[in-house]
Amino acid sequence: MTLELNSAALQMLHAWGENTRARSYVHQPTTAAELQAVFALAQRTGISIALRGAGQSYGDAALNSEQIVVCLSQMNRITHWSAANGVVELEPGVTLAQLWRNCISDGWWPPVVSGTMFTSVGGCAAMNIHGKNNWQVGNFAEHILEFTAVLPAGSVVRCSRTENSDLFYAIPGSFGMLGCITALRLQLKRIHTGLVSVTALAATNLQAMLQLVDEHKNASDYVVGWIDAAAGGTGLGRGQIHAASYYNPPDTAAHAHSLLLQHQDLPARLFGVLPAHYAWLGLRLANNTPGLRLLNALKYAAARLQHGSTYLQSLAGFNFLLDYAPDWKRAYRPGGLIQHQSFIPIGNALAGYRQLLQACQNARLLPTLAVLKRHQPDAQYAVSYCPDGYSLALDFSARVRTRERLSALLAQLDQIVVAAQGRFYFAKDSALHPTTAQASLGAAPLKTLQALKQRCDPRNLLQSNLSRRLLPELHALE
Amino acid sequence: MTRQRIAAPRPLEPMPRAIIVGASSGVGAALTRELHAQGYVVAVLGRRLPELQHLANELNQVRAETAVAYAHNVQVTSSVPDLCRNVCAHLGGLDLFVYCAGVMYPNNPATNDTAADLEMLQTNLLGAVAWLNEIGPRLQSAGSGQIVGIGSIAGDRGRRGIPAYSASKAGLHTYLEGLRNRLSRHGVTVTTIKLWQVQTAMLANADRVVQPASPELAARLIWRAIRLKRQVVYVPGRWAAAGLVLQHIPSFIFRRLNL
Repeated sequence: MTLELNSAALQMLHAWGENTRARSYVHQPTTAAELQAVFALAQRTGISIALRGAGQSYGDAALNSEQIVVCLSQMNRITHWSAANGVVELEPGVTLAQLWRNCISDGWWPPVVSGTMFTSVGGCAAMNIHGKNNWQVGNFAEHILEFTAVLPAGSVVRCSRTENSDLFYAIPGSFGMLGCITALRLQLKRIHTGLVSVTALAATNLQAMLQLVDEHKNASDYVVGWIDAAAGGTGLGRGQIHAASYYNPPDTAAHAHSLLLQHQDLPARLFGVLPAHYAWLGLRLANNTPGLRLLNALKYAAARLQHGSTYLQSLAGFNFLLDYAPDWKRAYRPGGLIQHQSFIPIGNALAGYRQLLQACQNARLLPTLAVLKRHQPDAQYAVSYCPDGYSLALDFSARVRTRERLSALLAQLDQIVVAAQGRFYFAKDSALHPTTAQASLGAAPLKTLQALKQRCDPRNLLQSNLSRRLLPELHALE
Repeated sequence: MTRQRIAAPRPLEPMPRAIIVGASSGVGAALTRELHAQGYVVAVLGRRLPELQHLANELNQVRAETAVAYAHNVQVTSSVPDLCRNVCAHLGGLDLFVYCAGVMYPNNPATNDTAADLEMLQTNLLGAVAWLNEIGPRLQSAGSGQIVGIGSIAGDRGRRGIPAYSASKAGLHTYLEGLRNRLSRHGVTVTTIKLWQVQTAMLANADRVVQPASPELAARLIWRAIRLKRQVVYVPGRWAAAGLVLQHIPSFIFRRLNL
């Protein structure tokens, strides 16, 4: 099959956060052979390819201005499922929603999931995503048993811990720069009920937050913190943590119904009354400084009242918090939103995150959401981003009016993170500069990545707006 | 060959991107400088690569990785689709397209040089058609962007001294009008600039020269029209009145005038 670069295939694609967009030739292969034909087209024309899963990256990771974007959402078959041992074989375009809905009634759950269920497994692998249980179970790729990838030159490689093991630890996390995963074999986690037992605890300041997370991390499967980013002074970094564990009561049979889909489906109404589809309207009304102060204060007050309470929640409900309000990004239109997620080693975290929160308040640009997680190092991967420490994700409204100020603030935040020996995560980035990106990645890993790029993609066919923005050296061969 | 690196798009600090065809000298070069000063990343195209390269180097000294030059002869219309694709890919986006290529040869009624007339039509009109057939759908798919065609007040009426030049510019005006009617509903602005005489090499071929504008003034006024998303603009503006009068002079008078 010979493809042409047809201007009829030109489409405008948006970053999920809608903070940027790019026009590209979009191809949607349904098989690995069709994918290879697109690679051949790129070889022939010298026009580069960016790989796109479900397009859920906040920034420009899956955009490729005026060049080709291979959208893998049509390669979305679950090819084999074994309920006996929880091993699933699937194509990269399968979303986490498809995956858990397929497996939960048999008592299995994806061990690492993002905050939304609409990401694709190919995207999760390419970015080597993390969940709220990162310090326990590691990144997404830790649970891949084997994958097959097509390299830009056309060759097909099978990678596992024993076969092509260097690529097994390089392609996941390499943000689509080395090859395109066309099939994966994943090991899921055994669950006995579809529930988690959640304990909610309030923390009066950042130090207490970090302490609470560490105290609960050994006894819990998931820990996630919410921070009131509007609170200053002695209350700087106050918030709430949710520590959750898989619910395994002695009589699991009594809770068997919790494994059914209807028990897992997210509610169509929030608090039993508000239609979830219009929740973004409420968020939009609150998306300003007084609104955010009020919302944060109310949430913190609720956290104080809730302190110490334990309750049962569905796995989907606990993990996919972002999906409670469908299309919540509409609250940020027309400028969109960006997320700044920084990973700081345990020793520097308290000082570093204090500075970050303080800097946002000084700049009068309040994050709309601030989320804290705990991590374990992922240095076994060629491109890694997790230290033994914490991460803080800050959402910002990217209003056109305040973009310049926001940009300056983010540059300042990046400096703080780099000074604290922190790292960044490309799946969410929209604002890093080459210097900060390289400082985050480190000189040696960048060299390794360059060598792998030379080996897997000598003609530089795999590129994205993100890769050109952050690591122009990677494409120096142009 | 390593190609000139162009600054990658940054989500929070977007730089608009423009292609200027016919930028090696005169109004095209001046407009390129003006657009660059306004923050654009530019690709300059034209026949004379050394001049274009010089211009791109000058602009890259001001802001690194913001200008790139391509050699292109608009008469070779078959090369346009591939070139357009490559330039857009190199630029990393397209927000503004300016068609500035134009030539004017004196027409001697005694010789009626057909080759020169056809060349004028090819450069002034057919090249624009070839480019805009590529650019139009691109901007339409984006639902935004702007196309600027540099026409001439000489295109308002057929002039006895330069019939082919008048026809090429009149054709360009009408083509741009059609394109405007097609694209404006998709959010794309099509601006026709009707230029009065400008102090460029082209003036050497004019019958007479009346208060020519400097290329810099013309560029500033064209930028103003771009910024305000105007549809049809006389540059300099004071000639709009002359244009209006000219358009309405009845033929039985016009054909007797020495215009």
